[in-house]
Amino acid sequence: MTTVTPTASTAGTAKRVEPESRALRRSSAHRRSTPLTIVMLAVLAYFLLPLFWLLIASTKSTQDLFNSFGLWFSHAPQLLSNIKATFTQDDGVYGRWLLNTVLYAGVSALGAALLAAAAGYGFAKYRFRGHGAAFNLVLGAIMIPTTALAIPTYLLFAKAGLVNTPWAVILPSLISPFGLYLMRIYAEDAVPDSLIEAARMDGAGELRIFTTIALRLLAPGLVTVVLFTLVATWNNYFLPLIMLNDPNLYPITVGLSSWAAQAQNGGAGASSDMLALVVTGSMISIIPLVIAFLLLQRYWQSGLATGGVKQ
Amino acid sequence: MATITTAVARPKASPRRRRHGTAGALFIAPFMVLFLLLFLAPLGYAAYLSLFQEKLIGGSTFVGLDNYVTALKDPQLLKGIGRVALFFVIQVPVMLLLALCFALALDSGLLRLARVIRLGIFVPYAVPSVIATLMWGYLYGPDFGPFAQISHDLHLPAPHFLSGSWMLGSLANIVTWEFVGYNMIILYAALRTIPAELYEAAAMDGAGAWRIAWSIKLPALRPALTLTLLFSVIGSFQLFNEPSLLMKVAPDVIDSSYTANLYAYSVAFISQQTNYAATVSFILGLVIVIVSYAFLLTANRRRTA
Repeated sequence: MTTVTPTASTAGTAKRVEPESRALRRSSAHRRSTPLTIVMLAVLAYFLLPLFWLLIASTKSTQDLFNSFGLWFSHAPQLLSNIKATFTQDDGVYGRWLLNTVLYAGVSALGAALLAAAAGYGFAKYRFRGHGAAFNLVLGAIMIPTTALAIPTYLLFAKAGLVNTPWAVILPSLISPFGLYLMRIYAEDAVPDSLIEAARMDGAGELRIFTTIALRLLAPGLVTVVLFTLVATWNNYFLPLIMLNDPNLYPITVGLSSWAAQAQNGGAGASSDMLALVVTGSMISIIPLVIAFLLLQRYWQSGLATGGVKQ
Repeated sequence: MATITTAVARPKASPRRRRHGTAGALFIAPFMVLFLLLFLAPLGYAAYLSLFQEKLIGGSTFVGLDNYVTALKDPQLLKGIGRVALFFVIQVPVMLLLALCFALALDSGLLRLARVIRLGIFVPYAVPSVIATLMWGYLYGPDFGPFAQISHDLHLPAPHFLSGSWMLGSLANIVTWEFVGYNMIILYAALRTIPAELYEAAAMDGAGAWRIAWSIKLPALRPALTLTLLFSVIGSFQLFNEPSLLMKVAPDVIDSSYTANLYAYSVAFISQQTNYAATVSFILGLVIVIVSYAFLLTANRRRTA
């Protein structure tokens, strides 16, 4: 399931209401509910159980995966040797997959956010011929599913000789109609017209106003768009699957699924070593994502606030 | 799209602004050029390809709407679309209802450890769907999945998560696991923007917690719910990653036309029928756009009514 990402603006909206309303709400509902807390802790257990299993499983040899209970350690934990095996398998291709993923996701996210910011600012602060038509065209594209575009894009890229290059994965990820929509809303409020006028009076050119003044004011919105595009590209499977056939170019998703297929074809029996590598490789690859999520979570929430409120 | 368009307030174009119009056009130019090349061109190309057929004799021939006629009678495509529609009808309400309950629970202020619970439920969204599916695939598995192990120790028959009758439910569980937290955060963020005065006024009128949830919180959540529903339509109908990975674990249950998107993939890359693949992609895109618009229109009508 691929997600299109809501997001946007006003890191302020959510926060502005927060302190006093929270305090007031707390004082009126001072008591905590133990039954509700227990129910929600049970819910939490469901969401964390698979991750706990993965953590345990990554310490096991393939034999132990079969022979020991899944939700607890075996007698001979071997996390370090699993990690070493993961990084040395197939001449260290796993490390390449990680680097490829960082490259594809990083370039796509930064590029998409900058393109969306410039265009969103252009739509918010200028009027020109075809303004409304161009904006509505992009808005209409929000609902076009990316996978419906992927196959024709592949056919076009095949003609242009772009298939099986990093560009094949990066280029389609650079355009985010939803990101543009959100940046436009954000720019309407975040960059005051008076500020632009004042800068013009001082003789600043339009481009200079954008890069020195507007871009800084747009920064919180930019971070949200970067985050959403980053996750979308990091998670992308369908596009790199059809675009790339050189294992050295795979991102982590396609790489791990190819290992998983090998493990499966090896009979999935205890004799196949691939299984432990798939499990350990999965575990390693989600650690940076989970940490980044937890650190950046306030951006998610504030960004999502306007995505869901301002309609 | 009506909802979203009305959202963007249209500031009146002052003559002063118009004077700088060229600069504005330059700001949007990079985006629009790439948009033309990477969105509209593939779309147009798919439409063009769908009108032709590769013939053994004579090469590429114009066949009008023949491919569409074939597609609309193609039992594999119809079955695939039917299955994702069923998936949508069952999985999405469950997922959104859970997300709504969790968001209301978090917002109620009644929870201990609220922050830990909120982050814990959101964390699966950080896990790429490929890895989530591999993980759940192993958990479901009859060999070393903990569910099979526990039932074996208890001398019970192992649950058949990967069998034909359970598969759609097992897929729904994976997708729910991945996206409940994401939807919960959207709804929770919307709840937190409700001004405190509303609650005070309601409390003064003697409204209890349930009454406040029903009469203040739910109506305020409508735009956020519409948004989550819209993204769920797009996600469900495109279902690909999860079934395509579980196919390797349960090849007898998931065939190459299990979902519409899997079918498009196999037509394009396994049987290499380019023109027909373009047709299938186009139809799938059309179905998604129609269902999305239908939801937006009903949501809008309810709001104005």
